[in-house]
Amino acid sequence: MTDDEPSQPPDKPPRDLGDFGDRLRRAQGEREQSQGPASGVNSRGMGMAFRMATELVAALLVGGGIGWFLDRWLETRPWLLLVFLALGMAAGTLNAFREAKRMEGSGDG
Amino acid sequence: MEHEEAAHEGPLAQFTIKRLIDLPDIFGIDADFTNSALFMLISVVAITWFLMAATRGGNLVPGRLQSLAEASYGLIASALRDNVGPEGKKYFPFIFSLFMFILFANFIGLIPVPGSFTVTSHIIVTFALAFFIFIAVTIIGLWRHKLHFFSLFLPAGVPIYLAPLLVPIEIIGYLTRPISLSVRLAANMLAGHTMLEVFAGFIIALGIFGFAPFIFVVAIYGLEVIVAFLQAYVFAVLTCLYLSDAINLHKH
Repeated sequence: MTDDEPSQPPDKPPRDLGDFGDRLRRAQGEREQSQGPASGVNSRGMGMAFRMATELVAALLVGGGIGWFLDRWLETRPWLLLVFLALGMAAGTLNAFREAKRMEGSGDG
Repeated sequence: MEHEEAAHEGPLAQFTIKRLIDLPDIFGIDADFTNSALFMLISVVAITWFLMAATRGGNLVPGRLQSLAEASYGLIASALRDNVGPEGKKYFPFIFSLFMFILFANFIGLIPVPGSFTVTSHIIVTFALAFFIFIAVTIIGLWRHKLHFFSLFLPAGVPIYLAPLLVPIEIIGYLTRPISLSVRLAANMLAGHTMLEVFAGFIIALGIFGFAPFIFVVAIYGLEVIVAFLQAYVFAVLTCLYLSDAINLHKH
């Protein structure tokens, strides 16, 4: 390396670092656009469906369980079981609905 | 013991608990060191090694390992920030540990070596985690809002005559959380690993045509890697959401 050659001064960023920022921003913008609902539909959709299903089943189980124990305790079989199964169904639907609304809002699966 | 022998073959054999070291019972509770405990220990050691090795350099421009660690940190930090807000920052260590433990348990369970075991495929493990979260979140909510916490069970703007119907529904919905949280993770792991093993069994059984299930197993394996990550992330995000409910009530 000769002296008259303009070597890079250590305290200034190299010239192409300036437009690196621009390129990075452009690439990030493109990536955000391409990450629409079209990408990864398969596994994401499956995950969503699975979450809905667990939500519904779990609420039904909890409702049924509460009803069953209350029935055994108060000896009102089978009425409280039926009531709480219905409430569990409603709770599951509500939970699934909330989750769906949240997923729609944030977009993450 | 003969139960373990009976379940030696078949796609569900991978989920059997085996005693590795016999330990004395603690207050009548069976505390033997099992393969489940071994794989939990492996997960914890692997996480510790990973994070120590990744942060040892502390470079300004991260290497491969360091950027992995920073990405996982950023993932949980942003999930916590987006869902809970600035109040959630002090719960970061807990959520991050939870995420890393589940993630590593899922990934380590996917490594196809003999005796491989997925800790998170057992509902008791995931339920213990979810139940702890449930109790902790309830205590945090009660402690922060005192009795006002129970307004969580009556959505704002609901006519009062609907309260006798809505409050039980909301309470059941609240009690469902630990169940759905734990079932989701355990069932995903259980289903994925069972499916892998079933189709892997077909490879030998079909002889020369075994390449078809073999390709399928490779594809499923790829899917399972995604599921392993996604479920750990979902578990962490839902924990953040529950935490947010306890901290912000419905004002969000």
